[in-house]
Amino acid sequence: MLAQNIIFGLLAVAMALSAVKLVTTKNVVHAALYLVVVLAGMAAQYILLAAEFVAVTQVLVYIGAIMVLVLFGIMLTRAPIGVTPELDNNSRIPSAIVALFLFGSLGAMLLDAFGDERFDLNNGVATGASGGNMVRTADSIFSQYLVPFEVVSILLLAALVGAIVIARRD
Amino acid sequence: MFTVLAAGSEAAAEHSSSAPWILTHAWLLPALMVASFVATLFFGKNLKYRGAEFGIASIVATFALSIGAVIQWIRLPPGLHGEENTEALRAVGAGMRSFATHFAAEGEGGAIREPIERGVSWFRDGNVNVGLGIHVDGFAVAMLFTVAFISICVHIFSIEYLRDDKRFTHYFAALNLFTAAMLWMVQTSTTLGLLFGWELMGLCSFLLIGHWWEEKDNTDAALKAFLTTRTGDIGLLVGIVILFFAAGNTFDMAAINEKALNGTMSHTVLVVAAVALFFGVMGKSAQFPLHTWLPDAMAGPTPASSLIHAATMVVAGVYLFARLYGVFWAGFSINSGGMNFGSWIGAITVVMAAGLAFVQTDIKKVLAYSTVSQLGYMILGLSVGAWVGAIFHLVTHAFFKALLFQASGSIAHSGSHHSFEMERMGGLRKYMPITYKTFFVGYLALAGLPIFSGFWSKDEILNAADKNGYTLAFIAGSFGACLTGCYMTRVMAKTFWGENRLHLFHDDHDTHAAPADHAPPADHAVASHDTHDAHDAHDGPHESPWLITGPLVALAVMATFVGFINWPFNDFLFLKKFWFEHAIANVTFENTLAAAGKVHPFDWGVAIPSITLAVLGIAIGYWYNVIKQGDLGLVRRGGIFALGHKVLKNKYYLDVLWTDVIIGSIKGRFAKTAYWFNQNVLDAVVNGVGRSATATGRGVYKYIDQGLVDGIVNGAGLTASTSGGVLRKLQNGKVQAYAGTFLAATGLIGFGLVLFL
Amino acid sequence: MLLNQFLILAAFLFCVGAYGVLVRKHAVLVLMSIELMINSVNMNLIAFSLRNDNVIGHVFALFVIAVAAAEVGVGLAIVLLIYRNRRSVDPGEVSEMKG
Repeated sequence: MLAQNIIFGLLAVAMALSAVKLVTTKNVVHAALYLVVVLAGMAAQYILLAAEFVAVTQVLVYIGAIMVLVLFGIMLTRAPIGVTPELDNNSRIPSAIVALFLFGSLGAMLLDAFGDERFDLNNGVATGASGGNMVRTADSIFSQYLVPFEVVSILLLAALVGAIVIARRD
Repeated sequence: MFTVLAAGSEAAAEHSSSAPWILTHAWLLPALMVASFVATLFFGKNLKYRGAEFGIASIVATFALSIGAVIQWIRLPPGLHGEENTEALRAVGAGMRSFATHFAAEGEGGAIREPIERGVSWFRDGNVNVGLGIHVDGFAVAMLFTVAFISICVHIFSIEYLRDDKRFTHYFAALNLFTAAMLWMVQTSTTLGLLFGWELMGLCSFLLIGHWWEEKDNTDAALKAFLTTRTGDIGLLVGIVILFFAAGNTFDMAAINEKALNGTMSHTVLVVAAVALFFGVMGKSAQFPLHTWLPDAMAGPTPASSLIHAATMVVAGVYLFARLYGVFWAGFSINSGGMNFGSWIGAITVVMAAGLAFVQTDIKKVLAYSTVSQLGYMILGLSVGAWVGAIFHLVTHAFFKALLFQASGSIAHSGSHHSFEMERMGGLRKYMPITYKTFFVGYLALAGLPIFSGFWSKDEILNAADKNGYTLAFIAGSFGACLTGCYMTRVMAKTFWGENRLHLFHDDHDTHAAPADHAPPADHAVASHDTHDAHDAHDGPHESPWLITGPLVALAVMATFVGFINWPFNDFLFLKKFWFEHAIANVTFENTLAAAGKVHPFDWGVAIPSITLAVLGIAIGYWYNVIKQGDLGLVRRGGIFALGHKVLKNKYYLDVLWTDVIIGSIKGRFAKTAYWFNQNVLDAVVNGVGRSATATGRGVYKYIDQGLVDGIVNGAGLTASTSGGVLRKLQNGKVQAYAGTFLAATGLIGFGLVLFL
Repeated sequence: MLLNQFLILAAFLFCVGAYGVLVRKHAVLVLMSIELMINSVNMNLIAFSLRNDNVIGHVFALFVIAVAAAEVGVGLAIVLLIYRNRRSVDPGEVSEMKG
């Protein structure tokens, strides 16, 4: 119990700091690297929450594929690699107010709704019952959520075609 | 929640072996047309006849099926049928059948045939079961036959008429879908199904009126038709919802009729529902004051006008009235004999539209106003208790009005170079003998002269108005008959009699009648130029090819003889007394009119005056337009005639009322209010925010140590100016500003939830 | 473990991402901030999956990852196109949509 909380705390601090650096850093490439830290921390949190398959997918898709895409994007738009003073527009303070206000609202709502509710660490998901969560997830996707799954595949195809159509030079 | 299930299909399958196949499968008719619509749309363009082959094949099949339906309906033994398939029918209909059997045994007109009902459960929500089914009775069969007949004529006519149109395929697709919608609407058993067909027809009407959308006038007309009927549809929706709850959570029309008549619903509810539904009827069937769209709808291709704005779609309102007659009967207190809402509207429409027909120079507009006027007769008939008469008039009118429209299309096609201006016609009797003869038949039928179909049906309506105590309606109807004879004689004189005037317009002849109101757009004309050169060589009027005259002849035959189906005298040769009435009589009819003794025998006392008036109208029209050549100088001399002419020319200023007075005033007020709000409220808020922010900034600057970190002060100022800026110009096109607004609003909602919940 | 510790962490990341979306002048950075927001939503899904003792949250998280991948692909293509046409990737400058 304690170990989990300690790990959570370490990860949370790392993620929060990286996230803040992500939106404040003056270096575009550093921002991408901070994002990697946040995403990796997120994958670790998934493992804490007994979602090992999602965690693996997170690493594969996000850190493996999407981050490469983003870095390509940075490269292709010829973003300055070094420190650039002008990465933020002039609405930093109102934006911060909006974000803080949103966080306040969300936090208050969450505290109000769930208070100090604890996870039941003996339930099926936590103990990996009936073959483990990966098996159960697979069963769900290929039975109950088969149609959405197929729709997602069509969406990916459409996005692929769309990205090519938009980005290619004629 | 939305479980789609084929409930009752097993039971239905059992009984269908014993029941007449076409009647139990009447849904096939619209299904065929929908299949044709899909096929035409997807595969039509590249075929040899550009999709027409699908339309023609399916309409021929549909027409054959509709004939089969009529035969099977006639052969159906009266009264017996219901008992054997009771199991197959839905529970709601069960009460109806006992009623029907009861009246079948007692009714003096002999037994009535049981309607064929089949249905499946469409979806279920809690204990509300929304069904989708068919309810085929004599009325529905009559409508099916009429619609199929008109539609097949229109399809054939269109092949020639739109031969060179570049959107030929789309035109046929819309025509198919329209026919399907109408065929569905007349056989559906629920108000929901009816609404479905109703709106689909509205859509197809929009597409067909705006077929030549390159011209702004046409798109305007399409929009006007769509929006005007939509105005009425609000009433229809309200009425359907009221009836749904009042009848105990059911959309079933038979159940609604029954409950309206046996006193389950309170009278107040029925009055409100009837008036609400009547607004839908007024919009769709072009009743005063929502009739203004119909004459404008003549912007569409003529065969489409013939199908939609004369023979079928516009009678959808009449159909609704007749189908939910129980509601109207109770809601309008038709039994009482005092002028009700419906009879007032009908009577006003009859006379008003007939008046408007006098000043039109466009032959299609004359026919359009005469359609409005005739629809007024139908509404009048239903409102005074002539249920059979109104339906009878619906059928006869469909034939002769489709005939008149298609004949006018034939004139435009071959006689006046794509113009409907009567100034360009005249003397066509010599050049277009078949068109002339068929138009003449339609003219006599519309004027209501004996033997021709219009006479029998109009006489039934007038007879009922007289006998049931609606004297005002009777007077209006008779006066309308006189006016009808007169303005139709004017059309005849200007179109077929006298001298041809086309050569007077020879100058703009080469531009293919550019100034004509409803000529196809220029590119169409150019596209068709060569073909027309080939077959008419621009040598003046001539007869149309057989694809056009064929349907005309078929319709003329029907327009002449269809009136005999409700022969009002004793059996004579093959003519059976009140055959049509017995064929279409249903439970509603038996429960309302027959029970109240409102069915009247033929009366020469009504027929002779109405014939006399019609003949008088024709005589006046002939005297004025032919003998005096329409030149008495009455209008020019000023005074009352000029005033009347001006009022009629401006359509009683109704369009002005709609667009300038009502919309104008609302728009003006609204704009003023909005401006005031903008000036006094929004600006005050913005200025206030700005001012207080500035004051705060100044205060901060003034009273707090200026040595404080600049960032705070600057930040406050920035915040103030930015928030002021956000308020002042939210619409700055910057995506991040929008996102900020969105997120802040989300936060605010969350904040509100935290505070108040 | 508290349920709320995850939820509030997610809420914090979401708001940081929102801040990034609002202030960044580089479209790729805006896209990265959006990824951050999407991920925080995923964390909620996973946390509630554990709480409610079913794997539906996992399934939806996987769908969200797939959709996010599609979004990044199309989004970067759009950014590239904008860059090619205007030599700038500042979302604040792309304001032709204003009325």
